[in-house]
Amino acid sequence: MESNMSILIENTDVSLKYAAHYNSVKEVLFRNSAEEMNAHRKKALQDFITQGIPTRKNENYKYTNLQPRFSSEFRYIHEREPAEVDLHAVFRCDVPLLDTHLAFLFNGWFYEDNSKIGELPSGVILDSLENVAHNNPGLIRKYASLAQTEDDPLVALNTAFAKDGYFLYVPENTTVELPVQLINFLQAKESAYVTQRNFIYLEEGAHVKVISCDHTLNLNHYLNNSVTEIFAGPNANLEYYTLQNQHNYTTSLNSVFIHQEKDSKVTTLNSSLHGGLIRNNLKFNMDGENAEAFLYGMAFIDRKQHVDNFTQVIHGKPHCMSNQVYKNVLDDESTGAFTGRIHVVRDAQKTNAFQRNNNILLTDKATMQSKPQLIIDADDVKCSHGATVGQIDEEALFYLRARGIDEAKARLMMMNAFAYEVIQQISIEPLRKRINELVDKRLRGEVARCHDCAYNCEC
Amino acid sequence: MLSIKDLFVEVEGMEILKGINLVVKPGEIHAIMGPNGSGKSTLANVLAGKEEYTVTHGEVTYLGEDLLDMAPEERAQKGLFLSFQYPVEIPGVPMVNFLKTAVNEHRRSRGEKELTAGEFLKFMRTKMEMVDMHAQLTNRSVNEGFSGGEKKKNEIFQMALLEPRLAILDETDSGLDIDALKTVAHGVNALRNSGNATIVVTHYQRLLDYIVPDHVHVLYGGKIVKSAGKELAFELEEKGYDWIKKENGE
Repeated sequence: MESNMSILIENTDVSLKYAAHYNSVKEVLFRNSAEEMNAHRKKALQDFITQGIPTRKNENYKYTNLQPRFSSEFRYIHEREPAEVDLHAVFRCDVPLLDTHLAFLFNGWFYEDNSKIGELPSGVILDSLENVAHNNPGLIRKYASLAQTEDDPLVALNTAFAKDGYFLYVPENTTVELPVQLINFLQAKESAYVTQRNFIYLEEGAHVKVISCDHTLNLNHYLNNSVTEIFAGPNANLEYYTLQNQHNYTTSLNSVFIHQEKDSKVTTLNSSLHGGLIRNNLKFNMDGENAEAFLYGMAFIDRKQHVDNFTQVIHGKPHCMSNQVYKNVLDDESTGAFTGRIHVVRDAQKTNAFQRNNNILLTDKATMQSKPQLIIDADDVKCSHGATVGQIDEEALFYLRARGIDEAKARLMMMNAFAYEVIQQISIEPLRKRINELVDKRLRGEVARCHDCAYNCEC
Repeated sequence: MLSIKDLFVEVEGMEILKGINLVVKPGEIHAIMGPNGSGKSTLANVLAGKEEYTVTHGEVTYLGEDLLDMAPEERAQKGLFLSFQYPVEIPGVPMVNFLKTAVNEHRRSRGEKELTAGEFLKFMRTKMEMVDMHAQLTNRSVNEGFSGGEKKKNEIFQMALLEPRLAILDETDSGLDIDALKTVAHGVNALRNSGNATIVVTHYQRLLDYIVPDHVHVLYGGKIVKSAGKELAFELEEKGYDWIKKENGE
């Protein structure tokens, strides 16, 4: 109790503002929501109040100060609002040859006119979470059980406010051949606070690839606090690609929780191409033997952008394997952080857990914090971690220049090579090619846009 | 082609080269020999444009221009080639991309049309045969996982692709077995013509059995202390470097 008190004292007006806001919109939050989601709100709010908006004193948020971001004035979107434009008309994903089951999300809500989903295999559901909670509550019985509200105030706040997002269900032994693509748009008339809540449920032996792309459609300020829960049943196989491409006035907070049953394999790959402040929480709970987890990430940031990746892999059962590779290129005055926590619990013998974080700083003003955290309570395990922060290898640069390649081009080749270790893990070929191009553009200092932006800006 | 006049070079405050004079004409092969630490590699690297080397005095003229004023890439584009003593591994940069970029940068600087991927691969294949380069190596990243011999062979392969006017081979023979040595030497000889020149930097005489020099220079203590014909190499092989050291007051 005493520790709670001290946190409460640390708790600032900002946190209290959000608690008060909850009370003022409570009716809206509960209205039209299914019992399965409403049942968690009250506890979630309590958990939020106990923790508050994280300050740097919160060890898990040491490198990202969220207080100023949450202090901004926002309009809070708690109800479905019609999109003012036809999203199909304003946006066309221009990745050539990328054929997907395509769904849009608009300010956190599953778009009403998702006409491009196409034909899914029998039993597969791709729908609004709100709809599924109403019509098929049995499918979301695990809702809010993977994402713990006690451990993270952002998750608590999301759970208190959550109304909608996408829901993807793949039944037993079903393979979805085409990738499922979700495009998350932010577009509001004024600065907006957005809550998105997603759930991916893979039954035993289910296979699916998911691509989730974040875009901003205008220059207003946004704070998006999203939570995604993923359940991978026995022998399930998920590839989960996230592409973050938002403007500099966006705060993008993403918490992804992945529960793995035995023999399952989950690969996540995040590309942060653009954004103001990005914080990605990625928490794996390996709860069955012989599960495999691959966590890849890359970020390319400049100016005053900030990217913070926080991973946690809990090896809860023996004979599991996890591998993390995170790479960042930081230019100008940008700042980055990586925390990689691996927890091998007692009796999780024969664990293999690896982690690597490599960073290139292009200027003296860019900074990177890298913090591995290994907690190993079993004795027969193989674990490794490594972090590097450095400049481009001058010897290699000279080698390229000595073959007639000019300095700028040689530097670009080196940076592309640095990123390629992550890019090559993308198994969807058209996506891999496009991300490779976008990374190349980004490294050239051009704005890497995947579509015709409505804005030409300094963002 | 190349004229070095009274060249003094420092590395991290240490004076390594103390007044080098050397003239290389088209069609010639020069061998630069000398004991370890005499400044041979420094000379090779300073000619290629490595930035840690500070020229404190002297001048170098290459094809009538001030070489020291040029960026490393400009020197390379004008036909100067350094075969590295320790070629660098560059993971993530595919060999083919690297070679194609290098060849096309050369072509661009000469105002020639860049080769397409297809044209380049065809061109590359003819050169691969010349130095007995395996296809599996060109499918990797630059020098990644190459053995010592494969790295050296790769240097000569690049030389074959870039067709330099002045090639500087820095200890190309070190770490090579006799078969690899022959292959490398064969490549170098096949690329010779009356218009280009080669500087062979080596500690041992054995490479010079296969690449026969017109002139042999002994570098010692940062200076060229002896220059003669190819017979000097045999003498060094027989007597070692001690007599040179004695002659120079050690």
